[in-house]
Amino acid sequence: MSKYNMHILVCGGTGCLSSQSNLIVENLERYIKEANMENQVQVLKTGCFGFCEKGPIVKILPDNTFYVQVKPEDVEELVKEHVIKGRRVDRLLYQDPTTSEHVEDSKHMDFYKKQQRVALRNCGFIDPDNIEEYIARDGYAALGMALSMSTQEVIDEVKKSGLRGRGGGGFPTGLKWEFASKNAADQKYVVCNADEGDPGAFMDRSILEGDPHSIVEAMAICGYAIGATKGLVYIRAEYPLAVNRLQTAIRSAREYGLLGKNILGTDFEFDIEIKFGAGAFVCGEETALIHSMEGMRGEPTTKPPFPAASGYWGKPTNVNNVETLANIPVIFLKGADWFASIGTEKSKGTKVFALAGKINNVGLIEVPMGTTLREVIYDIGGGIKDGKKFKAVQTGGPSGGCLTEEDLDTPIDFDNLIAKGSMMGSGGMIVMDEDDCMPAVAKFYLEFTEEESCGKCTPCRIGTKRLSEILSKIVSGKGTEEDLEILKELSQVIRDTALCGLGQTAPNPVLSTLNKFEDEYIAHVREKRCPAGQCSALLQYKITDKCIGCTACARVCPVNAITGAVKAKHTIDQEKCIKCGACMEKCKFKAIVKE
Amino acid sequence: MPKIMSLDELKALRDNVKNKVDLRIKGENVDKMVVVRVAMATCGIAAGAREIMNTFADMVREHDLDYVMITQSGCMGYCYAEPTVEVTLPGQEPVVYGHVTKEKAKEILEKHIQGGEMVDGIIPVAHKSLDE
Repeated sequence: MSKYNMHILVCGGTGCLSSQSNLIVENLERYIKEANMENQVQVLKTGCFGFCEKGPIVKILPDNTFYVQVKPEDVEELVKEHVIKGRRVDRLLYQDPTTSEHVEDSKHMDFYKKQQRVALRNCGFIDPDNIEEYIARDGYAALGMALSMSTQEVIDEVKKSGLRGRGGGGFPTGLKWEFASKNAADQKYVVCNADEGDPGAFMDRSILEGDPHSIVEAMAICGYAIGATKGLVYIRAEYPLAVNRLQTAIRSAREYGLLGKNILGTDFEFDIEIKFGAGAFVCGEETALIHSMEGMRGEPTTKPPFPAASGYWGKPTNVNNVETLANIPVIFLKGADWFASIGTEKSKGTKVFALAGKINNVGLIEVPMGTTLREVIYDIGGGIKDGKKFKAVQTGGPSGGCLTEEDLDTPIDFDNLIAKGSMMGSGGMIVMDEDDCMPAVAKFYLEFTEEESCGKCTPCRIGTKRLSEILSKIVSGKGTEEDLEILKELSQVIRDTALCGLGQTAPNPVLSTLNKFEDEYIAHVREKRCPAGQCSALLQYKITDKCIGCTACARVCPVNAITGAVKAKHTIDQEKCIKCGACMEKCKFKAIVKE
Repeated sequence: MPKIMSLDELKALRDNVKNKVDLRIKGENVDKMVVVRVAMATCGIAAGAREIMNTFADMVREHDLDYVMITQSGCMGYCYAEPTVEVTLPGQEPVVYGHVTKEKAKEILEKHIQGGEMVDGIIPVAHKSLDE
């Protein structure tokens, strides 16, 4: 019987681990042992709390004290004050940015108030390496329930819940399972797509790191429903911690008889194997993923045939994304009706978003579908960094588009985002402020898809290259108005003719920024001006009358573009200037301006 | 570890290991809990607060009272009456008991926490906290 009266949870996600959370755990254990309290205080390493902005996170229970940015050397004070004497260490508490007050417990943090954690229910709550902690949270009970139902009943339950694929497409999960179940074969496969490639998205990694058993359990339920005995997780090798935790989870599930033959005393047999990907974006597309698992080039093929009919080694295969699977056990534990009661009419449940970019609270959040962008960015995300003005948010990564101020009050769900010219994608949200130049943003994404294009079909291989070339021309001030027309036309052609989702959606960032920020493009090509002041080729550094002739700028200029006599106003030779900005940084009199 | 061979065995294991995460679940639902806060400053500890805290913890486990959460606080200012214990029933004002002994702890648990009836030994509130 455990006698612990205090649990100390330390975030062991990749982000916090890289800020020495391992050492925090070691120190906690050492000082607690020194105080002879190791039988009363338990130290646990959990998955991600989501509040990555302020990591490493240390949460103390049962009083819900939430410490942020804890350093290994803070641990001694933390143990002596909080653990031994019961006094909170104020300086390590989260400080509310609007009131500047220390927030004592996580229940009162704006970041958590509007969240509803379903897929992330165990992240930052249990020790992911300990199967018994997962079982204590009703783990594998959903599998037990499913095994007592008929396979059609299991599929119907998932259909009734209204769950749609969280990897980007938003296809109804129950329907997908039904297709795979109806195709008879001697062998079928369940594949978990953990090839998370969107720049800025990390929910799949965090779920695998924080709650790997939920994926193991969900895959087994899916295996039972469609009649598969084998599961495969396709995960990128660049997620070593997630791989490690998943391997531990699979091993302990086998030990406990929750994977293997005769699961829970039934005839059902299921096991999981891990397949590593090399981190190619296109391998998130299910046909390319399957080819990569077969040892072939990660290239997509046309659908149909869909994997449900002919997938891995030509057998019926059901591919689901990590976050989709993480919802499955809850649907059985709490019922499809409960799940369907959350969200909007056509998008049920919750969605995890990875907040990144110019936002105060960078991190991982989960909200009911239908939450507005304003609530996500301002209430949970804490608004824009440094009090700047919100400009746009890119959803759906390189396949999505941007949403602007006028979309702030739109409820977020699959269909609304598409209607607004963007898409849900896997849930990355890159927030941009007034300093971000939209043609440059489009160029960034096109450079990404250009590099990630597998090269199989011409529209994508050559089309994305041409798009990124034209965008480079525009941001360097050499674009013409004709280029804007070509951008539009080429984008449409790629959209209509590319082979797979990667190519078809690649022009989205161009089209959506052109649609919403056409004036910025026009300023670049017509006036050779970057309204956001970001495109260095279009900027000019100028010295104003504030110059007192101290010569500091002339001395720091790496190309000797600044001339002028001592104690007289200096000038910049625009021909020579490489726009490095060193002079502006050096000037103590704010005499150099960028325009 | 012997393999789990049925849903019932799984449930039995769950009930067995539930206490691993119990404290955390209680923390999540703190609004619905009876909170027993033992003052654990130097004065309290010297007067035996740790023993009182363990007594409460043992009793709660023994009676399987999953609605009671035991936690600690710093000095409540009643150093003359240590060990002190603050009991808060959901939605009610906190009540502080002074000079708590093991026997008193048992009485508090049985009469106040389980029965909702206050017992002798309450320190009258002679202060107001800042947020009132």
